[in-house]
Amino acid sequence: MNWIWITLAGVLSGMAGAMGLGGGGVLLIYLTVFAGAEQLNAQGINLIFFVPIAILSMIIYAKNGQINWGAVIKTALFGLAGAFVGSFLAGFIGGELLSKLFACMLVVLGIYELFVPVKNENGK
Amino acid sequence: MTKEKGHKNLIMCVGGLAVGVVNGLLGAGGGMLAVPLLKKSGLTTKESHSNAVGVILPLSIFSAILYLSSGRVDIMDSVPYIPGGLIGALIGTKLLKKISANLLKKLFAAFMIWAGIRLLMK
Repeated sequence: MNWIWITLAGVLSGMAGAMGLGGGGVLLIYLTVFAGAEQLNAQGINLIFFVPIAILSMIIYAKNGQINWGAVIKTALFGLAGAFVGSFLAGFIGGELLSKLFACMLVVLGIYELFVPVKNENGK
Repeated sequence: MTKEKGHKNLIMCVGGLAVGVVNGLLGAGGGMLAVPLLKKSGLTTKESHSNAVGVILPLSIFSAILYLSSGRVDIMDSVPYIPGGLIGALIGTKLLKKISANLLKKLFAAFMIWAGIRLLMK
């Protein structure tokens, strides 16, 4: 039975992840809320999981001409510096507090997504 | 024009940094931040979603290496989820072209609030 849930969690996370809809959130929620994984371990699982999923998605998007390399590279370069700081801080803060931080981020982002109206596409 | 371009560059620098910090700190959520950021830099909604994946990919590789080297996680812990994930990615990339991501977003938002509250009460 267990593998069904694991596969389902994988499929849902992969779908949401490929669409930039917060796939990491789906797997992390599964791991921490349902599978009882320790927060830092779950975060690591999620990060590793996302690499092949993102590579496959990028190949497909790039083939379809849906990638703006300039924007991606610029943002990612600064992101790398941030990733270093964030990963270091994670060890410093510890799993218990991080789990609460993650929970707060879920609620805040959820409320934001749910109630802030989407701007008209034509007006950008 | 140049002023606007400079402004956009600044948004991308500061925003990119924030995306990296969140992604490394929480092991997730960078993509959710990257989408509005890319929209601000002038991409359409759908472009923002596909390009966010590109932004997060190198960050996740980098953070994953740091997590692995600190012994917080073993590669084998992730392996069971990957086959399903790849299938999901194939579905997701096709779906993004067709559907309005809006409904999915609202559904996911409700799920996030519920999960967040559950995690807070744990």
